[in-house]
Amino acid sequence: MIPRVPSETCRCVELRIPSATGSLPVIRSVIERIGRLNGLAEPLVAQVALAMDEALANVIAHAYEGRPDQPIDVRVEIVGEPPEERLVMTVRDFGRTVEPDAISGRDLADVRPGGLGVHIMQSVMDRVEYSPLPEGGMLLRLTKRIGPSSRSPIRP
Amino acid sequence: MAQNSPPVKEIRRTPQAVTVVLSGDIDLHHVPEIHPVLLEECARRPPVLIIDLGEVEYMDSSGVGVLVHVFQKVKANQGKLRLVRMNPRVRSVFEITKLDKYFVICDSEEQALNA
Repeated sequence: MIPRVPSETCRCVELRIPSATGSLPVIRSVIERIGRLNGLAEPLVAQVALAMDEALANVIAHAYEGRPDQPIDVRVEIVGEPPEERLVMTVRDFGRTVEPDAISGRDLADVRPGGLGVHIMQSVMDRVEYSPLPEGGMLLRLTKRIGPSSRSPIRP
Repeated sequence: MAQNSPPVKEIRRTPQAVTVVLSGDIDLHHVPEIHPVLLEECARRPPVLIIDLGEVEYMDSSGVGVLVHVFQKVKANQGKLRLVRMNPRVRSVFEITKLDKYFVICDSEEQALNA
């Protein structure tokens, strides 16, 4: 039986963070906490935290080219009800705009450092959608379906 | 998540091997600290470079990328690289990127010396 999550449990977090690498562990903690509070199983919690980490690392390294003081807006939300429940994470940056078709994972047979972040996001999430914004920057939307096996058997 | 533990915890050198013990979260934030240390140990050309991940709680693609780079350097020196004591969460990143087949991953330092 899927455990019930109390109705007052926080299902949405919005944060503006600086594009410093020190933001990464903070956001991972937030995602892990909201995931556990909502009864998600550990493997799913670890996967979505990793996907968000990779998304933010790409923004820091590519959109902002390592500048640590630029804004990134992050939203983590659990939406819908079973069986349509899903975790939706968005990352909005104000850096350079890239055509979504130009963003793809690389051939893993070509073993070399770097370029694995997009592949990881595509592997662990159900949907990875990039949108260039007319006012500049990019919006990334990551979606993961929460199925019965995604629920922890023990309430946190 | 690790609480401010130094990412390079210990380095042990013997004639047979160098063991670098890493700890905490190996992410884009900590990689600049780890990468030069590992490259410095590569430059010593040990027969076996062992990277102990037993105290590493988390790793992202930037950490994996550093290990790929170090492995390429070790191989160029005709040495061996062994990753030991990887927790399931860290191992899953290697599996997602199919690099679990590329690296030699061992359960212990002793096994790494004989692998």
